[in-house]
Amino acid sequence: MIEKLKKLIDKEVAKYPTDKKQSAVIAALAIMQHHRGWLSQDDISDVAVYLDMPEIAVLEVATFYNMFDLKPVGKYKLSICTNISCMLRDADQIVDHLKKTLKIDFNEISKDGKFCLKESECMGACEGAPLLTVNNQKMYEHLDVKKVDQLLKDLK
Amino acid sequence: MNEILDKNLNLEIKNKQLFNICLRTKHLKNSSSLETYKSIGGYEQIKKILKNKLDPQQLIDEIKISGLRGRGGAGFPTGIKWSFMPRDYDGIKYIVCNSDEGEPGTFKDRDIICHNPHQLIEGMLIGAYIMNAHVGYNYIHGEIWEEYVSFEKAIEEARKAGLLGKNIFGSGFNFELHAFHGYGAYICGEETALIESIEGKKGQPRYKPPFPATYGIYGKPTNVNNTETYASIPWIIENGGQAFMAHGVKNSGGTKIFSISGHVEKPGNYEIELGMPFEQLLNEAGGVWKGRKLKAVIPGGPSTPLVPADIIRGATLDYDGLAKIGSSVGAGSMIIMDDTTCMVTALKRLSYFFYEESCGQCTPCREGTGWVYRIISRIYQGQATHEDLDLLTDVSKKISGRTICALGDSAATPVLSFIKHFRDEFEVFIKNGKKLVN
Ligand SMILES: Cc1cc2nc3c(=O)[nH]c(=O)nc-3n(C[C@H](O)[C@H](O)[C@H](O)COP(=O)(O)O)c2cc1C
Ligand code: SF4
Ligand code: FES
Repeated sequence: MIEKLKKLIDKEVAKYPTDKKQSAVIAALAIMQHHRGWLSQDDISDVAVYLDMPEIAVLEVATFYNMFDLKPVGKYKLSICTNISCMLRDADQIVDHLKKTLKIDFNEISKDGKFCLKESECMGACEGAPLLTVNNQKMYEHLDVKKVDQLLKDLK
Repeated sequence: MNEILDKNLNLEIKNKQLFNICLRTKHLKNSSSLETYKSIGGYEQIKKILKNKLDPQQLIDEIKISGLRGRGGAGFPTGIKWSFMPRDYDGIKYIVCNSDEGEPGTFKDRDIICHNPHQLIEGMLIGAYIMNAHVGYNYIHGEIWEEYVSFEKAIEEARKAGLLGKNIFGSGFNFELHAFHGYGAYICGEETALIESIEGKKGQPRYKPPFPATYGIYGKPTNVNNTETYASIPWIIENGGQAFMAHGVKNSGGTKIFSISGHVEKPGNYEIELGMPFEQLLNEAGGVWKGRKLKAVIPGGPSTPLVPADIIRGATLDYDGLAKIGSSVGAGSMIIMDDTTCMVTALKRLSYFFYEESCGQCTPCREGTGWVYRIISRIYQGQATHEDLDLLTDVSKKISGRTICALGDSAATPVLSFIKHFRDEFEVFIKNGKKLVN
């Protein structure tokens, strides 16, 4: 594991009692995923060693929480909420448009390796429906077809 | 005579307004900064408490008088909850803020974190003093990344100003607060699943009892409250329990944020005085989207029963008012549906949600939610029989009350209320294999 990542993880570990490093496992995995774009088997092992946890316990966490990706997701993972409040604001139209434009279905990667489309549950931001996030971090709200086209162009 | 009576009645009802307590900095410049919060008297309450070493029991009594009820959904009186924490236990204790809102339609805590983080921090400080805890965590929903980052900044700002950490206001009182970022699991909003998650495990709810107040994080006494609950506390201490109570109605003290989404002109957060008529709030939110007709409303999030338009029209928004029409305040996550909404499609999506988010520990929930989703999908595809509708009700009723946590009951609620009020739509779908609504 590279120094930079260790430092970031140490900051998370410091939030908990010294004998409770495991509490930082979600944060550690998030840091690793942000670095690579997804979580490889090596990332899981590295986190297990670093936090003194059995590898299986780390893997369990990585598979339980939906924002972790145990497979590559292309350069940009677009997670779009299709839950009720977004559905009522025509999220399905945005989904259709994305699928058609990128020529992919949910959980597939576009041919150029750039985009992956994920269906998401409520993001706790329904005021801005319909909406999506890019690589878990940046949220785009009040979407319409035009805004989506612009976004795809901006994501180089 | 009747006219005067009506007028008085109207006066009493109409009296309810939008009133910002938790969102009181939202419309100010640099809303989230320490400076802004200080400009409205921020951190003066904890200062007063620490300097004068105010009696925790008296503070709890004030909160009891305020009528504040937990804003996370269950509505448990906060003052009573805080008195469950063993104050004299001299080991480590924790207090936790639950900002994991992930129930569809819920987005109020996001606004508090984003615009008024210091009021939340002060509320937690007061809670920590009362319950004699020295470490706290704020568990923030995974998908709201920027809000998490901005809350970390607010903590840092408070720490630098000596408002968090050791010997706060020279009183000898210590309190450290950390932000915890979830990573996409609705079930972690359930308080014991949240505790498991903080311990670095899968978010699977624990059996209760023991309750968190005796066995919480790492087995230590732990208090969990919703973001809005903590954020209400500084105002209550400043203005008194009576003043808070007076903003609401009997059994429903104070203000409450309603997050309005779906088919409404101006989706967003509206902090209302409890007891406000539904129609008034709908007006505040600009009315139904595109001037269409109201069909139904989910008043407090999908774990609260759906109510058809003609029933909710006369209702007031408070704990008793919504109970009277067979629903509930929940987390105040109001979802508006206009007359273009297909109830089968809507229920199908909600059922998928509960199926997807069930943690899988209890058989009735794990199997039942899948079963329910499959039956509704069958109806949706025009492959169902009329018996399936009864089966749907039956399976849902069998999940309810037979599980470790309340997600099981929540999953049954939409099924039962959708079918109760819109059975004809389901029947037409079964008969003709297509929507009644276009
Ligand atoms: C499935 C499920 C999800 C929940 N999600 C949340 C949530 O996102 N936020 C919250 O404050 N409470 C949530 N709760 C309620 C919590 O378990 C707990 O009652 C609450 O945080 C207590 O705070 P309060 O008394 O201030 O409301 C959830 C409960 C269940 C069963
Ligand atoms: S009711 Fe469902 S979500 Fe709750 S503990 Fe049981 S299986 Fe998990
Ligand atoms: S339903 Fe889409 S963000 Fe809440």
